[in-house]
Amino acid sequence: MNLIKPYGDAKDDGAMQLSFTLPIPWSEAADEAARQLVAKMGFADVAVVDGRAIASGYSFFVVYARTSVAVDADTIVALSATTEALDMDAVDALIRERVGRKIRVAGACIGTDAHTVGIDAILNMKGYKGDYGLERYREFETFNLGSQISVDELVRYTKANAIDAVLASQVVTQKGSDIANFTALAELLEAEGLRDRVLLLCGGPRVTNLLAAELGYDAGFGRGTLPSEVATFIARRVSEGLPA
Amino acid sequence: MELSIDRDLVRTGRRHATEIVDPIVRFVDRHSTVSVERSVLRLLGVTDADAESVPLANRVIERNRHRLADGIAVSIARAVAETGQSPQQIAPEVAAGRLDLESFDGVPAAAATAALQPFVHAALAAIARNREVRTAALIRLPQAPPPLLYVIVASGNIYEDRTAAVAAAEAGAQIIAVIRSTAQSLLDFVPHGATTEGFGGTYATQENFRIMREALDETSERLGRYVMLTNYASGLCMPEIATMAALERLDMLLNDSMYGILFRDINMKRTFVDQHFSRLINAQSGIIINTGEDNYLTTADAVDQAPAVLASQLINEAFAHRAGMRDEQIGLGDAYEIDPDLEDGFLLQIAQAQLARQIFPNSPLKYMPPTKHMTGNIFKGHLMDAMFNLTSVMTNQTIHLCGMLTEAIHTPFLHDRALAIENARYVMGTARHLGDELTIKPGGKIEARAQFVLAEAVALLGRVAERGLMESIEGKTFADVSRSPDGGRGADGVFEKAPTYWNPFADAFAPTVAAR
Repeated sequence: MNLIKPYGDAKDDGAMQLSFTLPIPWSEAADEAARQLVAKMGFADVAVVDGRAIASGYSFFVVYARTSVAVDADTIVALSATTEALDMDAVDALIRERVGRKIRVAGACIGTDAHTVGIDAILNMKGYKGDYGLERYREFETFNLGSQISVDELVRYTKANAIDAVLASQVVTQKGSDIANFTALAELLEAEGLRDRVLLLCGGPRVTNLLAAELGYDAGFGRGTLPSEVATFIARRVSEGLPA
Repeated sequence: MELSIDRDLVRTGRRHATEIVDPIVRFVDRHSTVSVERSVLRLLGVTDADAESVPLANRVIERNRHRLADGIAVSIARAVAETGQSPQQIAPEVAAGRLDLESFDGVPAAAATAALQPFVHAALAAIARNREVRTAALIRLPQAPPPLLYVIVASGNIYEDRTAAVAAAEAGAQIIAVIRSTAQSLLDFVPHGATTEGFGGTYATQENFRIMREALDETSERLGRYVMLTNYASGLCMPEIATMAALERLDMLLNDSMYGILFRDINMKRTFVDQHFSRLINAQSGIIINTGEDNYLTTADAVDQAPAVLASQLINEAFAHRAGMRDEQIGLGDAYEIDPDLEDGFLLQIAQAQLARQIFPNSPLKYMPPTKHMTGNIFKGHLMDAMFNLTSVMTNQTIHLCGMLTEAIHTPFLHDRALAIENARYVMGTARHLGDELTIKPGGKIEARAQFVLAEAVALLGRVAERGLMESIEGKTFADVSRSPDGGRGADGVFEKAPTYWNPFADAFAPTVAAR
């Protein structure tokens, strides 16, 4: 048991900072409304340190308060897909020794999303932050399908080209479009009988490994992921025996 | 604050840019596209959609796709002459298949041309009127001095956007851009009517333009300063968006000469032809274009790409001049995208921004905030935005897209915009004349960097001029992307003009030879 609370300047003081807008003009009463709102959330010692109009009919507040809520850190598990990445040569060596053939990887920005910055960072030769992309690896054959690829198209491509690992990227998350697209892809792969034959990965700034698991993906990669982390994951999982 | 740069080298760069665009403009002069023809219809007053929400302009062009070489204006003019009806009355009949424009082919050219003139003049008058209204409003309701604070609204719902836009204007925003729904650039039609559903943005429609313009006009009067409205003339409907913007008095449009080719895989011929006609319209409507050089920096390393930015600025300028745009309408792009972990990165940003300022002294430069290196760490992000704001005011940028501390997290909340504007107003106020007080150290890091970027950009332009622009794009010269002249989306919408081709608006908008 390891109960923890937010830390301000003393253990268990529960200090937190909040900021938000209320749809009312600013007044003393607006500050009080902000204070009561935060108090209703269960916070104590609520201090509205800044309250002001940011437009006619809207006020913005900065609030400090203390929470009495705690969580048991020992019971919390969130597996990361990106632990202990190997470098490029080690990944290539692993694939050569354990797989004995090149691994075929296809990636795309799916649905209407046109923001390829994530998938490009992982796949393009150049990579990200000095970490080379999968195209640079000898033992990957990489197919970057680009932006606005429909789920149908990606599944067709996967089937036609004997792809081992599928990478779906979503940067736009408005109105849950990312979740809808990821779900559609997983379902279509399942329906086509391909799901057991491919490693299915998702990525994007709002993706977590936990979310990926919930959506039926093998792994999810969030903001700041390096290509070598994705490469290591794919190499290990395929070498552990992806059903042929 | 003045960089010492080689003026001869700048002249060489401009000469190369002219050599680059000349053959493209010759190509453009011989071709038209379905989108250009739809724009002609829209200018003639054909603005509605059919029962399936397909714009009548699309329907009419689809039905006459096999006979567009003369230009749709010729067929419409004959129908107007024969029936005495307006293009707007004729269009639904043609769209529904009840009226065949071929049946008027016997109408004499002189009669047809004369019959269409009232409609041509009405469009020209409407565009001129909007331009005059803007000019008068800017005198009566003067803007705060530049950098002009520009913010984005992008809820997907035009009515929510309106609330956000008015709030941002009250907080100090001087320009409102309505970001488009993410896939709109690939639609070969302009959606119709007010819209409340979009992804990553709100559809650009003529009705949405009108709704936002009306709200901002009301706000401008109330605040005593004119608030500008911006949208996107890019993608497959570039000239149609420019048409709608001219008719609804938008003040700015994003309108790059190569963005769609490189980053949206739109056919290059289609893009060049569409771009030229849209810029002819923009030149007339007094709209300021914003070019998209920031995209080179967000998709590749910002330090490496600096010469490509300057090269692209010079190409965009040359194309815009060819369409009759004045320097004051050419908002060339740049962005603050250098990795914050790079030591002295700030010096490189100043070098690039000041270089553009000196090479394009009369252009309203568009400066874009950090996006690529923004993370969930909103506190650091707010600081990066402050450094961007400082660079902008020091180097006298004109159009300043306010960076959001929540960039890369969500489309801005109401208070994200308010905080961004507050940040910009603080930094720009407290450092308003800093640039006037400083001298750049001769031979120092900033000057050396600027000189290097200029030399590299001119060398790059020289290579492109020699090879040809289309060939260079195919050869991955820009953004490390290869596009072939006949590949990409929308290629089938390009066609060669017949010797008898007529586009009354292209004729009316054509810059004088002297201006070109």
